[in-house]
Amino acid sequence: MSQIINVEHLNYRYPQQDTDALTLTDVSFSVAAGEWVAIVGHNGSGKSTLAKNLNGLLAPVSGQITIDGQVLSEDTVWDIRRKIGMVFQNPDNQFVGATVADDVAFSLENQGIPRETMLKRVDEALAQVDMSAFKTREPARLSGGQKQRVALAGMIAARPKILILDEATSMLDPEGRAEVLATIRQMKADSDLTVLSITHDIDEAASANRVLVVNDGQLVEEGTPAEIFEHGPALIKMGLDMPYPERLKAALKRQGVTVPTTYLTEKGMADWLWQLISNK
Amino acid sequence: MMNKLIFGRYIPGDSVIHRMDPRAKLLLSFYFIGIIFIANNWATYVLLFAFTLLAIKLSGVKWSFFINGVKPLIWLILFTVILQVLFSASGGTVYFKWGIITISQLGLVNGVYIFCRFVLIIFMSTLLTLTTPPLELSDAIEYILMPLKVVHFPVYEVALMLSIALRFVPTLMDETEKIMNAQRARGVDFGEGNIFQQMRAIVPLLIPLFVSSFNRAEDLATAMEARGYQGGEGRSKYRILKWQARDTWATLAFAVLTVALVGLRLYV
Amino acid sequence: MAIDFKQVGFTYQPGTPFATQALTDINVTIPDGSYTALIGHTGSGKSTLLQHLNALLKPTTGTVTIGDRVITPETSNKDLKALRQHVGIVFQFPESQLFEETVAKDIAFGPQNFGASEADALKTAADMLALVGLDAELLDRSPFDLSGGQMRRVAIAGVLAMAPQVLVLDEPTAGLDPQGRLEMMEMFAKLRHERELTVVLVTHQMDDVANYADHVIVMDQGKIAKTGTPQEIFQDPQWLAEHHLGLPKTTAFAQQLMAKGIQFDQLPLTEDQLAQALAHQLGGATQ
Repeated sequence: MSQIINVEHLNYRYPQQDTDALTLTDVSFSVAAGEWVAIVGHNGSGKSTLAKNLNGLLAPVSGQITIDGQVLSEDTVWDIRRKIGMVFQNPDNQFVGATVADDVAFSLENQGIPRETMLKRVDEALAQVDMSAFKTREPARLSGGQKQRVALAGMIAARPKILILDEATSMLDPEGRAEVLATIRQMKADSDLTVLSITHDIDEAASANRVLVVNDGQLVEEGTPAEIFEHGPALIKMGLDMPYPERLKAALKRQGVTVPTTYLTEKGMADWLWQLISNK
Repeated sequence: MMNKLIFGRYIPGDSVIHRMDPRAKLLLSFYFIGIIFIANNWATYVLLFAFTLLAIKLSGVKWSFFINGVKPLIWLILFTVILQVLFSASGGTVYFKWGIITISQLGLVNGVYIFCRFVLIIFMSTLLTLTTPPLELSDAIEYILMPLKVVHFPVYEVALMLSIALRFVPTLMDETEKIMNAQRARGVDFGEGNIFQQMRAIVPLLIPLFVSSFNRAEDLATAMEARGYQGGEGRSKYRILKWQARDTWATLAFAVLTVALVGLRLYV
Repeated sequence: MAIDFKQVGFTYQPGTPFATQALTDINVTIPDGSYTALIGHTGSGKSTLLQHLNALLKPTTGTVTIGDRVITPETSNKDLKALRQHVGIVFQFPESQLFEETVAKDIAFGPQNFGASEADALKTAADMLALVGLDAELLDRSPFDLSGGQMRRVAIAGVLAMAPQVLVLDEPTAGLDPQGRLEMMEMFAKLRHERELTVVLVTHQMDDVANYADHVIVMDQGKIAKTGTPQEIFQDPQWLAEHHLGLPKTTAFAQQLMAKGIQFDQLPLTEDQLAQALAHQLGGATQ
């Protein structure tokens, strides 16, 4: 697999900042095409700043970013933005179109794609996120989860190679969150999309192939979800919720029960408990 | 959730009026306001009312919406009508005279005509806004402004601004209500006390609204940039307006109406 | 202070073509001193009900009794202010209500509206800031220079400054990271204890309901669907699913265990309850 995102020694400071402190310090990582990587970290750790550097919404102090073989610069930024679709946190503040269909078409209009192609792609994208029935609706009459699915349809229509989710589910109710996550998993299954999701949501992080932990503007750890989840209670400090099996393990320890130290999925945990009780 | 104004609200539907090209609807509505001034006798007003009521009937929108559209303006209308009756041209039988105030037969008739004009204009513009989504109106305005491109007027940008503004109206209304509730819960009385107290009560509403609007604007600009927006040039259009046979027929109907009005004005 | 709803109905824009009935025949009590969770699918009428708790909305039918004040459709808007001092509402994303030049002034805003002198209100502000766990040095800062989590705490301090007897929290942890959520919920539990508050929590987080509430009101389509203790409400997972509501994580996990054949006398709601039940079945410990 080739590397679609390559970040080398990235340093970033907000221009309006009055100190010399960096928001991102010497961040290097790469993502293979087709991979799903979760970036976690508590609020203010620099995760979103990192995401906004990747498509040139923010310009770094130093370092180099290569997206799909192109080095990010003023000349390539618009090409690179075409390759990256980005869904943000607030469902209301990224809805540009006056209706669902208009919003889905927005990126395509920007690329000057002929109308015939647009009509087809918008319909297909809406069908894929199961929002066809809402095509002519106005955003004010949609739920948060529906608005985020429309945003995803906009990405599907524009066909980027990379999808960045910047806390895209954090403002949704549990039902909306589940809907959006299911849609993302479906999109991932339908294409060789690379997904980079910035999140606090344990279910979203568990869907990833790899988790990067950011703290104070630095990349402090990386590993598979299972490796990261082994941290147990320390996960809260990393900006993640504890996976349920870890919470239960902690509670069992308080009751004096010896528990395995390796990470168990919910199913694994249930199996282990069943074995323990039935063998007793 | 907060306003009772009917004027300016779109009622979804599928009538022939709903399906007309918004450019046709916008231009013909303006044209209608112009030709109302041709009317000068009973026959012409009867014709205009018949035409307007037919258009309303075709739209399938309930009559009550139109009556409700007149209600908020009724005092303004009555005030104008009374001024007209009391102070304008005297002619015919004079019923009452005191100083500069005269109530004459002609004055009364004029008053009734002015009332009719108001009602006709309100009915027709209510019909326009009830049957045309704001977005289509903004498309129509964009099209009508297009000749200004010659003088480098940023028509595309203005049109996008207009459509984003329309899209955020409900969002900001909700926001306003939310902030008002939060401040009322902290003991603010909106709309009570003298003018200074009322102005002071506005500050805790306006500042949060500005702050949140700026934040929204910044988020929106970032999202637009991330989605490749580089300005109006070189963009293709998803939504296009189509002039159809029904729009030509509507235009012809207005032409016939004009001829009939002129005829009735001259010969009745 | 108890709040009592009797046959309450509420219609938005009554008498217009846009009239919509948001509440129908609500009969429910929020007991004095309780920690009541108000749950329901988005659009179930929770936020409309919430606005009746301090008479931001008046019922279109029925009566709401707040402490000893009775609110009917005919109640005049004039002297509702005193009532609002007793029932403080922290709305969703309360940081959006901040507007003053300094944190101190913003927290003092509420008390001053209820007649406190500026000096007294500023003193209260300093106390409240400590109460919500923020440093006194923030008092003279602009609220707009703070982090999102700090802004939210300042807004909550602004509501607490009115010394309400009932504290209503509308999704107070929305948008916070897990650590922020945990700290916030612990803070409310502590405040409730110290200040003897009646708490009403509107939430989608069933784990918070299980961990903190002692009374639950479930709403659906503008009606009260069920009331009871968390234990009672979460006994019927299928009924909850039909009303678009989830289970606490523990209860959901316990169901997986039950499917395997592990028995429970009572469905556990928190991980400690589950751990206790399991440890009991394992005969204390397995060392």
